[in-house]
Amino acid sequence: MNELHLPWLELAIAVPLVGAIVTAQIRDPDAARRYSLVFCGIALLLTLGAWCDYATLSGGEVHDPWDLMMAFHVAPVIGIDALSAPLLSLASLLSLLTVLATLRTKVRRLSFPRLLLSEAILLATFSTDRPWVIIALLVAGTISPYINLRLRRRSTRVFVLHMMLFVALLVTGQWLVDVDRGVGSVIGIGLLMAAVLVRSGIVPLHCWMTDLFENATFGTALLFVTPMVGVYAALRLVLPIAPEWALHSIAMLSLLTAVYAAGMALVQREARRFFCYLFLSHSSLVFVGLETATAISLTAALCMWISVSISMAGFGLTLRSVESRTGRLSLDEFHGLYHHTPGLALLFLVTGLASIGFPGTAGFIGAELLVDGMVHTVPLVGVIVVCVAALNGLAVMHAYFRVFTGTPHVAKVDLKIRRPERIAVLVLTALIFGGGLYPQPGVVSRYAVAEQLVKDRQRRLGPATTHHGHAAAKASVEIQMQ
Amino acid sequence: MTLDPLLHMAGALTVIAPIVLLLGVGLTLLGGWPLSERVTARFNYVAVVVGFLAAIAMLAMMLVSGERNVVLEVGNWVVIPQENFHFHLKFMFDRLSVPFVVLSYVLLGTIGAFASRYLHREPGYHRFFLLYALFLVGMIVASLAGTIETLFLGWELVGLSSALLVAYFHERTAPVINGQRVWSVYRVADAAFLIAAVALHHLTGEGDFDRLMGKGAWPDGHAALSSNQALVIGLLLLVAAAGKSALIPFSGWLPRAMEGPTPSSAVFYGALSVHLGTFLLLRVSPILELSTWLSAAVVVLGVASAILAALTARVQTDVKSALAYASLTQVGIITAEIGLGMQYIPLVHIIGHATLRTLQLVRAPSLLHDYRTLENAIGSHLPAESHASRWLPTSVNHRLYRLSFERGHLDSIINEFLVWPFVRIFRWCDTMERKWTDLLAGHPSRESDSIRDPSPPIEDLLL
Repeated sequence: MNELHLPWLELAIAVPLVGAIVTAQIRDPDAARRYSLVFCGIALLLTLGAWCDYATLSGGEVHDPWDLMMAFHVAPVIGIDALSAPLLSLASLLSLLTVLATLRTKVRRLSFPRLLLSEAILLATFSTDRPWVIIALLVAGTISPYINLRLRRRSTRVFVLHMMLFVALLVTGQWLVDVDRGVGSVIGIGLLMAAVLVRSGIVPLHCWMTDLFENATFGTALLFVTPMVGVYAALRLVLPIAPEWALHSIAMLSLLTAVYAAGMALVQREARRFFCYLFLSHSSLVFVGLETATAISLTAALCMWISVSISMAGFGLTLRSVESRTGRLSLDEFHGLYHHTPGLALLFLVTGLASIGFPGTAGFIGAELLVDGMVHTVPLVGVIVVCVAALNGLAVMHAYFRVFTGTPHVAKVDLKIRRPERIAVLVLTALIFGGGLYPQPGVVSRYAVAEQLVKDRQRRLGPATTHHGHAAAKASVEIQMQ
Repeated sequence: MTLDPLLHMAGALTVIAPIVLLLGVGLTLLGGWPLSERVTARFNYVAVVVGFLAAIAMLAMMLVSGERNVVLEVGNWVVIPQENFHFHLKFMFDRLSVPFVVLSYVLLGTIGAFASRYLHREPGYHRFFLLYALFLVGMIVASLAGTIETLFLGWELVGLSSALLVAYFHERTAPVINGQRVWSVYRVADAAFLIAAVALHHLTGEGDFDRLMGKGAWPDGHAALSSNQALVIGLLLLVAAAGKSALIPFSGWLPRAMEGPTPSSAVFYGALSVHLGTFLLLRVSPILELSTWLSAAVVVLGVASAILAALTARVQTDVKSALAYASLTQVGIITAEIGLGMQYIPLVHIIGHATLRTLQLVRAPSLLHDYRTLENAIGSHLPAESHASRWLPTSVNHRLYRLSFERGHLDSIINEFLVWPFVRIFRWCDTMERKWTDLLAGHPSRESDSIRDPSPPIEDLLL
């Protein structure tokens, strides 16, 4: 296994951990926010450093030099590969932008130590491919929202019931996969698949997500769902060993969820619930790409994963910024906020349109690849994906009109966009348009990852058991002969 | 000396000029440093004139050189060679696209100059010009598209800018609701277009028009599809065109679009946007030729839309709606012409109609003044109404009046059979979810149910 030139990953995980300890000692929320910004910024630089360092190496899985585990003669647990390299930077960027876009009105509600701790757990999750470590970190990741709900004195039962189910399915499934090679293994795969579906909010086990957005702080809920760790768990734990029926089941349930959530987003009367369903619809489409486990459909899923994470996080942060000015937003009335915050209105539209794959934005090529991949294999799914995108487009514009148009009001306080928010706006816009106008490097990199995932799957299951296995094997032989 | 470098330079300028305008206006607005009105108007003027002159230069060089199909290759935007996936960007200057681009520049340039005065000191001046630039880019990209993916790209930009311009006066709710309606119809049209584009790609392995439609330049191409394939693809494209051109059953959005400012109504819904569907049908006319059923469907849709629009125009009580339906009558006839296999006649019809309608819509606010001038000139009153209805029985007259007054009941039918059932089903699901989470939580689980007051107490009404 290759080594990075510096221990980027361990530092990237350690910095937010240290930050969590430091900010826990600070009583002034403004100061805690400033410290958090610094720690999140350093973590982002370190993950970017890891990505750049990884790019200079020959590829494959790479770990830190001076890995702590090696001191105990244990194989390194923390590593980086082509799949996780951009995800680490994405995770740290989302945390940084969340802190940056937190206004003083919200600064007392958001717990910075817990945010930093969640960031460290998330970075650690994306830095490992060891099943039991991933499981432990996924379980640890559920604690922060739970504490948030408890501190806000809201009912935790919906969240806890679903997360207990998730943990039970995950642990039992992996245990069965580890101990049994026969029927138990098949059951284990089924349980792992169910666990991934619960964590990803697939219908009918999605109510924890709407409940979380109802009752937790918006920032906490955003950071819990937008990195889509469920997809990561699916790729690391399920995809390499799952038979075709399992992938078909995930894809079909996800498609159902995408349609259902798109319809629900259109009839919501409150902005947070609307956001939750919109996110659910988009994140489900990522799973649809797993349908055939071919390189093209996996590329689509991987591209959509990143674009949906960025665009929906931006969309959510914009909504959160608007909420911090007005309180919870009803979608039954027109709020007329464009007059006060044209910058936020523009970002709302840009991120919303990016999420539905509007041309020129980061989501476009992912959606195009997905539809193209599906039309080649299951044409009806391709048609449904297009219809889902159309419904989501209607929902985005409906929400934009409700929040930003209508009779403007004179506010006694200044509601204009603040400088940190503007920076967040510009960063997100640059990413969305940058990824949309120059998508080739991103697509090539995700295609390489997809090919690797397909090869890993074929290696573990045998070419004949995978979709198009024979064709892929034949193509591989032809390439070798050439 | 070969003309190729000059042709490519002119082609590139035609496309780049509006993109520069969009970037300039968009980035300054995004950064929070909007340009002054004067600079915005000048910038717009320069971009449109440069683009227009480049298009005219291209036309002149094509006429001189005898070249009838100039291709400007941008290259693959995205390519995965192993999967034979490519998103090819290519612009094509031929006998269909060049007249349409020149028309777009002429009308948009005129309207840009008109709007810079008409919207002087309007709070949404910069927003208008941002959407105007977006529309211009969309029109130029769609007109010159050499691949179906490129056409889709332009098509989407036109749709977005149109919907937002309908909702331009967004302090009032009516324009916003109408903008939402326009966007809904466009999304349906876009979905049909995207499915058709991907299916076409899937069936032929190509997205380039010059390969899809055979080797000959427009209008001489022959599509490499079977009759049944052409029927399926063609019907999807017909839905897309019907949405964009407000043909039956989507006609309801056209009068709603007149809620936007006069300059945008004139050029977008009276002239350019509404003809984009017919442009699409012209572009894929070799596909239409392959299926008699498809051609028949195009003719029937065009004639039906023309008849309904002609009747409806007669009972409108405001000039912009009357003009919108008059416009639709002509668009219906153009569609029927395309279905009948004509190619140059509909193109000329589009150009003539778009130009006349722009003038009429721009003059619409001065209608009474114009009427007075005309009456003074002829020395008597203008005829108030047609006498054709006298030949019909009263009951038929009443029914026709009712049908026209209700605009063919098209919006009601869509609402009754599509929108409301959809909303009812998902509201029911929402209620079930509430019951389920209440059960799990052990008490009412939705804080959002209590959010109803939209106005915080610290705020007062501005208007």
